Amino acid sequence: MSAVADLLLSVDGVTVDYSGFKALDAFSMTLNRGETRVVIGPNGAGKSTLCDTIIGRVRPSDGRVIFRGEDISRLPEPAIVGRGICRKFQAPGVLPMLSVRENLALAARRDRRWWKSVGIGIPAGDRQVIEETLELVGLAERADIPGGQLAHGEKQWLEIGMVMATGAELLLLDEPTAGMGPAETSRTAELILGLGAARSVLVIDHDMSFVEQLGAPVTVMHQGRFLKQGSIAEVRADPDVAAVYLGHAA
Amino acid sequence: MSKLVPPAPLRRAKPALPWVLLALGIAAPFYLGAYDLNLLARFMAMAILAMGLVLIWGHGGILSLGQGVFFGLGGYAIAMHMKLADLPAGEMPDFMVWSGREALPVWWEPFASPAFALAAILIVPTLLGALFAWAVFHRRVGGTYFALITQALALAFATLIISRQDVTGGFNGLTDFYSVFGFGLASPGTGTGLYWLTLAVLCLAYLGLRWLLASRFGMLLRATRDGENRVRFLGYATTPFKTVAFAIAALLAGIAGALFTLHAGVVSPALIGVVPSIEMVVWVAIGGRYSLAGAIVGALLVNLARDAVSSAFPELWLYLMGALFIVVVTLFPNGLAGLLKGNRA
Ligand SMILES: Nc1ncnc2c1ncn2[C@@H]1O[C@H](COP(=O)(O)OP(=O)(O)OP(=O)(O)O)[C@@H](O)[C@H]1O
Ligand SMILES: [Mg+2]
Repeated sequence: MSAVADLLLSVDGVTVDYSGFKALDAFSMTLNRGETRVVIGPNGAGKSTLCDTIIGRVRPSDGRVIFRGEDISRLPEPAIVGRGICRKFQAPGVLPMLSVRENLALAARRDRRWWKSVGIGIPAGDRQVIEETLELVGLAERADIPGGQLAHGEKQWLEIGMVMATGAELLLLDEPTAGMGPAETSRTAELILGLGAARSVLVIDHDMSFVEQLGAPVTVMHQGRFLKQGSIAEVRADPDVAAVYLGHAA
Repeated sequence: MSKLVPPAPLRRAKPALPWVLLALGIAAPFYLGAYDLNLLARFMAMAILAMGLVLIWGHGGILSLGQGVFFGLGGYAIAMHMKLADLPAGEMPDFMVWSGREALPVWWEPFASPAFALAAILIVPTLLGALFAWAVFHRRVGGTYFALITQALALAFATLIISRQDVTGGFNGLTDFYSVFGFGLASPGTGTGLYWLTLAVLCLAYLGLRWLLASRFGMLLRATRDGENRVRFLGYATTPFKTVAFAIAALLAGIAGALFTLHAGVVSPALIGVVPSIEMVVWVAIGGRYSLAGAIVGALLVNLARDAVSSAFPELWLYLMGALFIVVVTLFPNGLAGLLKGNRA
């Protein structure tokens, strides 16, 4: 099998410039179909900015984002989602006044043009995805309460569920375990591992035990640049990686 | 499970208030004198506009301080028609003659046709509202800036009307109407008929909005209000939702303006500028910005109070209203409806 045929996402020399400060500095990485990848790096390394750039919230001043062979870095945001990319935000972005089920219904809808929303109730065709997702993220019992009333960890799961329910092929999960205890973190890891080969996942996280549970290759960023890539063990043993983390901690 | 699951607000609310209001509305013509009925009808016209604010402000998070503009467009459209309808062909309205115009402006001419005037009442505010909202939201301008822009719009509109006295009637506005669509305005039967028309439009607007707020459109509007980024990055273009909602509110304001003008027999800049536009928001804040019935009650009560207070102490009214607004917004953010129901339906 050829590497090119399996290539899903390629971030190619992307620079994001915040009035002189480069949050991403000629950053490149690639992701294959069905691959799960963890991106780590000290605070401010540019991990969230990487997600922002892929989904079109932030536009690169240089470089390209190629998804399934198409340059998506100039597409409108809804079009990028339409291509099959969805992102969980670092601060949970569930919709507080909508019920858990309605949150998922919004995500599960495929035809997102406004005039298709003129109708009552959740369309029958979306129901299966919604109920399956509710089971998957363990919120079936909580389906009718407003999203804003969920506990912090449950909000994270709901948003992961929303991202899954869009049917996106590439999921960007920005710190999905932030604020979770060890048991919840393990459940989240299982959830991501259970996604299967049809999805590619880019996970950003600080929690090394979570990263270990995922067992996925790790890309390390530092100051907007690519630093290292390898297995968790390799990255752990790497003196450069240790230096940037220690340098930051000190 | 049934095929369609109604969204939470429909299932939860057991609305007693709308039925009470409807009963009072139907009873009113049998109990009120012509003067009071006319007053009530004006306030009901205002209530139609107020429900539009529930849609955009309460459920869309879009604060408009310029609804007077759309109210005015509807009001002037019907007023222009009535000015022309009462005239022998080829003549100009009185104020144009007085300000020395030679001929009727071309854009006045089609308003002689009742069908055109009706279409203008419905289409002009809606289209203008849609274009304006799209232009602003498309640039990702929202929140306070949006409110300020709408206020500037109200100021500009009122100023424009005042400054073009020869074609708009200026500060005095348009008044002295004698008939509408062939019915003499002086006859009591017309007054009662217009009351029933207003009540019917109010009911239709209420039912239509209730349905819309319970629909997926309403859900997306609320979602956009609470987390526009999240909605956008689920793949929805959020601008159309806000634009359509704003256009509907503009439509309701235009209809309200036309009905009000029929009841009041006058439309003038004093009814549509910055201060009246802010007053409209106050009705809704007091009644409850998430509740259609609350907005109706707010518009009726505040206008009733205004009528009582301002005839006795005209200069006191603005202070009183300002104070009421502050008290409600700080202590009862969901308004009277929130006090009654304790929920947001
Ligand atoms: N809108 C912005 N304007 C200016 N600077 C920004 C902006 N957004 C992010 N930055 C800066 O860009 C850098 C990268 O931020 P980013 O949020 O991508 O880091 P991160 O790796 O996700 O960090 P964390 O682990 O804290 O989430 C930071 O120094 C941040 O201060
Ligand atoms: Mg981050």
